[in-house]
Amino acid sequence: MSAIYILWLRELKRYTRSRVQLVASLGQPMLYLLVLGFGLGPVFKRAGNGSYLQFVAPGVIGMTILFSSVFSGLGLLWDRQFGFLKETLVAPVSRLQIMIGRTLGGATVAILQGLLVAVICFLAGFRPVNLALAPLAIVFMVLIAIVFAALGVAIGSSLQDMQGFQLIMNFLVLPIYFLSGALFPLDGLGKILSLVTSLDPLSYGVDGMRAVLLNLTHFGAAIDVIVLAIVGSILLVIGAWRFSKIEI
Amino acid sequence: MIRVQNLVKSFGNFTAVNDVSFDVAAGEIFAFLGPNGAGKTTTIKMLTTLLRPNSGAIELDGLNPETHQNEARKRFGIVFQDPSLDGELSAWENMEIHGVLYHVPGKIRHKRAEELLKIFELWERRNDQVKKFSGGMKRRLEIARGFLHTPRILFLDEPTLGLDPQSRNQLWSHVKKVNESERVTVFLTTHYMDEADRVAHRVGIIDHGKLVTVGTPKAIKEQTGTESLEEAFLALTGSTIRDESAGSADQMRQFARMWSGGRR
Ligand SMILES: Nc1ncnc2c1ncn2[C@@H]1O[C@H](COP(=O)(O)OP(=O)(O)O)[C@@H](O)[C@H]1O
Ligand SMILES: [Mg+2]
Repeated sequence: MSAIYILWLRELKRYTRSRVQLVASLGQPMLYLLVLGFGLGPVFKRAGNGSYLQFVAPGVIGMTILFSSVFSGLGLLWDRQFGFLKETLVAPVSRLQIMIGRTLGGATVAILQGLLVAVICFLAGFRPVNLALAPLAIVFMVLIAIVFAALGVAIGSSLQDMQGFQLIMNFLVLPIYFLSGALFPLDGLGKILSLVTSLDPLSYGVDGMRAVLLNLTHFGAAIDVIVLAIVGSILLVIGAWRFSKIEI
Repeated sequence: MIRVQNLVKSFGNFTAVNDVSFDVAAGEIFAFLGPNGAGKTTTIKMLTTLLRPNSGAIELDGLNPETHQNEARKRFGIVFQDPSLDGELSAWENMEIHGVLYHVPGKIRHKRAEELLKIFELWERRNDQVKKFSGGMKRRLEIARGFLHTPRILFLDEPTLGLDPQSRNQLWSHVKKVNESERVTVFLTTHYMDEADRVAHRVGIIDHGKLVTVGTPKAIKEQTGTESLEEAFLALTGSTIRDESAGSADQMRQFARMWSGGRR
């Protein structure tokens, strides 16, 4: 247990210590929120869908958590490069505990980022329709964070060096973001697009947040929770398995 | 305490460790010597659960590190050849993480961390981020950290690389101390033959992945008819300079051969 705790704490310390990274990582969601929220607002309204800022805010929160948690999972590659990974891999602690400590740490950092962005959304004018239900959004933030932190660890354990990093970001993480319904409604899409979006775990995370924040849902909040929990469990198992196979 | 039989490790079709066998007794200090790229680090990685051998058998305190990873890991401590610190964290935090991962109780952990940081002259800088340390300081921290818990077997992979003579002296006197007072078995590699001659009870010399000889420094000198371990080492391994990455050089050669279509 103490091993999980100390590795979790390490992720938090690394995050809070690099202020530059903290600020930089908030820049991107703010850009999306402001440019899309205010830029696309009029078009969205004309199409009869209400306020785009309201609509896109949960998507931007979901994006923040997605990027942050995959990024921290891939932090494995840094630790491999700078050597710290060895130090943890030879310690008399099961690899499962090490993997859990890292994953929870990465997920916690992602949730904190998501909460920060939620505050920014609120300052920009975002208002949940039912304040009493708003805390439930945190449940979905936690689920999203765990799903993608586990995915990051699974991928990070399978790559040998940092060269694969850009590839993963461009060909996996960005598509997950764009195909998730973070930016557009999932209702009334064509057959193929609606199939693809329903295979994207982030769709369920964002949909769940919209359900509790905006009372607006495509799959239904119960389905969202179930899908995220199942996908999260599967990815945790795969991540733990890949992590246990690492050789240096 | 350590038993290695017919150990083999290949990367692609390059064999880094080729049919190596040796034993290290409990309480012994064993120096594993060899030119760059001889296969020392690869052997240590297999002994410490970081790499799986292709074939051969390993026993650490009677345990197979492949099948009983966790039990085996409880038996040893290691100072790596390459850096393994977290640069974002302070020296103290690096010690803390190590102590927690190795289940050293809080009070003992803090007391020993303080002692060790003082011995290796890092105490004043304990709250600084490690990335701001000089190479020598980082190396000293790696060593101090390695002594934080008391393992049955201590692996030291070129621990004195980049250390000044003062720190080297501290290191070896500390190694001798834990070996004598706590009967820690020590498995070390170094390029300084005089160090090996001074601290090691027995020496194994490896070259091109093959174990050339094993014996006491005295026996090896007698066997080669030389005055110092350094001369004996050169007599046994030749005086050509080794390329650290013989493996990739071989690959390049093979690649070149492929391109030239076997005309050469
Ligand atoms: N992961 C690896 N992939 C390919 N070749 C490797 C790898 N690790 C080590 N080697 C090669 O194996 C040989 C032995 O390396 P090493 O054990 O580090 O030597 P030493 O520690 O004795 O200097 C070297 O030629 C090195 O290039
Ligand atoms: Mg080496």
